[in-house]
Amino acid sequence: MISLKDIGVVFGRGTPLEKKALAGIDLEIEQGMFVTVIGSNGAGKSTLLGVLAGDIVPTFGRVTIAGTDVTRKPTTRRAELVARVFQDPLAGSCGALTIEENLALAERRGKRRGLTRALNSARRAIFRERIADLNLGLENRLGDRMDLLSGGQRQAVSLVMATLTDSRMLLLDEHTAALDPGMAEFVMGLTEKIVSERKLTTLMVTHSMRQALDYGDRTIMLHGGEIVLDVSGEERKGLQIEDLIAMFRRIRGQTIDDDELLIG
Amino acid sequence: MSQIAFWGAVELGLVYAFVALGVYLAFRVLDFPDLTVDGSFPLGAAVAAVLILAGLDPWLASAVAMVAGAIAGLVTALLNVRFKILHLLASILTMIALFSVNLRVMGRPNVALINADTMLTPFYGLGLSDYLVRPLFIGVLAIIALLMVWRFLESDAGLAMRATGANPRMARAQGVDTAYQIYLGMALSNALVALGGALFAQTNGFADVTSGVGTIVVGLAAVIIGETLFGARGILITLIGCIVGSILYRIAIQLALSSDVLGLQASDLNLVTAVLVTFALVLPRLRRGGSGR
Repeated sequence: MISLKDIGVVFGRGTPLEKKALAGIDLEIEQGMFVTVIGSNGAGKSTLLGVLAGDIVPTFGRVTIAGTDVTRKPTTRRAELVARVFQDPLAGSCGALTIEENLALAERRGKRRGLTRALNSARRAIFRERIADLNLGLENRLGDRMDLLSGGQRQAVSLVMATLTDSRMLLLDEHTAALDPGMAEFVMGLTEKIVSERKLTTLMVTHSMRQALDYGDRTIMLHGGEIVLDVSGEERKGLQIEDLIAMFRRIRGQTIDDDELLIG
Repeated sequence: MSQIAFWGAVELGLVYAFVALGVYLAFRVLDFPDLTVDGSFPLGAAVAAVLILAGLDPWLASAVAMVAGAIAGLVTALLNVRFKILHLLASILTMIALFSVNLRVMGRPNVALINADTMLTPFYGLGLSDYLVRPLFIGVLAIIALLMVWRFLESDAGLAMRATGANPRMARAQGVDTAYQIYLGMALSNALVALGGALFAQTNGFADVTSGVGTIVVGLAAVIIGETLFGARGILITLIGCIVGSILYRIAIQLALSSDVLGLQASDLNLVTAVLVTFALVLPRLRRGGSGR
């Protein structure tokens, strides 16, 4: 279980440019739950993700992942608990390393790295099998450098990398936003398959309301650093984008004028 | 070029192959432009020479020289990682400091090793000419170093170091302590360079505080010549390229200096070096189809 207790993040504290990115977030995510997060620019989505990933130390509040207080643990030291796919397909892997080297690197996420050979036939067999599941034909190109792959292929491999070894939480940071629509749909389908197969506790940040409702078990909407909407179960089933906007209006008593939020 | 001059060039190339391997680790693997080597090369020479003169076993003396080099690398890494000094500047600071340290170690600007027993002494007089024994011996050591670096870079730990240089954000997300990797890589790199210095002192019979000038350029030249000739075809080929590049560079220098047509003299060495390295840097760009960027 993931628990955020009264999380606040203030940037530039005590300066004229002080900005409250998160204003007291309380959130509990049960084991195996797939949560989607939406919100307009500046709503606090990225900050929330950063707090969970360890990039941002909250100004106040407490973060617990599977019983471990990770509030002050930097990214490196919580890597055994948290797996992540970045928005930028280039960010999640090393272009100069081969596909199989990237996979070997990811397989040891958060574990001790010794002087054993990174690649042997047993490991290669596992990698080949997992990559073959993608149906992209990449299983025959494991020795190719990562930077020879297209953005979509790289993102698909990044998803495999993130799920090669156990984690307590999978973070997806708008991981289809930089892809063309066809590839975005492919990667999303893949995401759903892997997450449900492995029963991963997942938090996906997205710009797309469509994605937020179509995938996962629960949707939360952020606005001004607060959770303004939290739907799951029966209430969420059959919910349309229009309903979401209407709910949002009712809650905030204002209109949404951010075009980006409205895009399907 | 005479046969002796040729093998002399090969020998020097092999000594600097250790520098090339070290420079490859810092510049290419860690993406850390490290000028510390201009200080850690003569440091290795000074430490080895002084300890050998003090009666220490030359193998042990060379090992201590490597440790001294590693410490120099750690200082640069500390300045950069802990105190956030720009990597280039951090390495220049260490390099400058090492000039004084090297004078302290030797107690004077240079030390002669002419009659002392070195790592090579047992191999002289086994039937081969001395000018062949030296490159052969150092060549064997260089190959051992190459295999160890290769084996390391293809291990789990080595992958972590390569990821640190290539994509530090991704490395951290994978649980790699990037600061630790920089310490480790800089220590390894400068230990190799210091070993090169220790071997230089033992093959040439002296250690000199000024022998470090331009070490970085020579090391980089070797790496770039290797990359130009062998291309990007995996770690092992690249490492072999470092060693071959270092030898070819020395032969090219020897040819340039011994050519009567050019009328160059020994004091033109640094100019020739700069011209050669510039060529090595420009050539791959020209080959990529002259369009320029």
